[in-house]
Amino acid sequence: MSGAVTPSELLAVMGSRQLQDDTTVFAGVGVPLLAAALAQQRHAPRLTMVIEGGIIGPQIRPGRLPISTNEMRAAHRAQMLPGITDTFLFAQRGFLDYGFMGGAQIDQFGNINTSVVGADYWKPKVRLPGTGGANDIASLCREVIILTAHEKRRFVPRVDFVTSPAWLGGDGSRRQAGLLFGGVSRVVTTLGIFGFEPETRRMRIEATHPGVSPQQIRENTGFPLGEAERIAVTEPPSDDELSILRALDPERRFLG
Amino acid sequence: MALVRELLRQRRTGLTVSRNLMCTEGELLMAAGAVERVVTAWMSIGLPWGVSKVMRHHVETGKVALEEWSHLAFGLRFRAAAMGVPFLPTLTMLGSDLMDVGGMKTIQDPYTGETLAAAPALFPDVALLHVSRADRLGNCQIDGYPHMDADMARAATTVIITTEELVTEEEIRRRPDRTVIPGFLVDALVLQPFGAYPHEVWGRYHADFDHFAEYTADIDARGVTTAVGDYLARYVHAPATFDDYLGLFGGERLKRAQDAAKELVPDL
Repeated sequence: MSGAVTPSELLAVMGSRQLQDDTTVFAGVGVPLLAAALAQQRHAPRLTMVIEGGIIGPQIRPGRLPISTNEMRAAHRAQMLPGITDTFLFAQRGFLDYGFMGGAQIDQFGNINTSVVGADYWKPKVRLPGTGGANDIASLCREVIILTAHEKRRFVPRVDFVTSPAWLGGDGSRRQAGLLFGGVSRVVTTLGIFGFEPETRRMRIEATHPGVSPQQIRENTGFPLGEAERIAVTEPPSDDELSILRALDPERRFLG
Repeated sequence: MALVRELLRQRRTGLTVSRNLMCTEGELLMAAGAVERVVTAWMSIGLPWGVSKVMRHHVETGKVALEEWSHLAFGLRFRAAAMGVPFLPTLTMLGSDLMDVGGMKTIQDPYTGETLAAAPALFPDVALLHVSRADRLGNCQIDGYPHMDADMARAATTVIITTEELVTEEEIRRRPDRTVIPGFLVDALVLQPFGAYPHEVWGRYHADFDHFAEYTADIDARGVTTAVGDYLARYVHAPATFDDYLGLFGGERLKRAQDAAKELVPDL
């Protein structure tokens, strides 16, 4: 396959491998949607994509990737358009297997901030776009997978603001807050794949991408990382995966 | 957009605007000084243009307060109002810092003792909505994604609708399954083709992404105050009517938007 693999391509490929066939996935536009579309075309033909603008079961047309969650391209050949409220109620009822999301700032318990940078919500240093449906996806999907570039400034000990809850403070605090199921299972980054210690719910290294060392990951992370018993090395993106992905985004709007 | 343009043209001030997705309409209302508070889940134009500079400018300098709720919490606030109940229980937003922003409270399930969030009913004074077709009695049909519009119409005290198309009562009666807002909810109805432009209407016209690109490029080049100030003068205050406003884009551009929509939704 010609051309080096871009960070977005790596994230989309590694993300797509997390999705199993015959499941439902809430996918944000951009790389998460590309990852879901790749999975659908490759190993998960019966994957149902759900988009938070209120769209169930769309098929992504190559070269016609949506830039927002509610536009006609996002609803191409959809099976149902139930409205935003009812779409999220499917998740609250437990019908959404995966939530697929990015994040501006993430902490050691997997909590995400897409609201404000700074200590005071009402006097932000930087105002970000906000939750949209990210909080709902993080609260209500059975399993959440985060796809993000691995940068030290993103991986902070505690987020300034918990927009989207993962394990909150660890040790059962998610359940105590009233969230009955779900939580972040995997964080897929440009350096590796991460999970969480079963008890403390602190983030740990589960796999590194080829050529990346655990040391290098630690240097790019703002908090101490645990390690799984065995750290795997991921298979690099295959020609097959890359060619499907590149056909989906020929103008490279999202692949970089 | 036609109704937002009219709010701007009348130089309204002191408004609280509630909509779970805010885009250029929110930016114009902020820049014009029309809004004091925005209640939303997300605000920016779309992925290619990054975080809204207009929103950042107004919120970071304290000119506008931005109160954030999640999509589902927002939807349940309108639904509670639409149902005529004071709140709806939900699991969403529990444990997050969003709970304190808008003052969402928790309740105990009287049957199991579990903790639930209580999304408070949101009754807007006025709902401004745009629909695909309506009859003269105000019975409205919306093609494509219904957003939260039907609940908003039920929740609001006063409902003002613009419609792409005015159809006969017979036409509505032929497909009553598609009617989502009954006429008895509607206080005023205005026929306004292209009433959402430069945003989209399902199957009728595509959003004018080139226009958003020009608008954001001007903000990048000349700054929020100058660029959006000039935009308001040119697109809101100079044209006397909405048709004059559409004339600034020209028939060819509108036709392109229609063709793009037909290609995306051929079977409307």
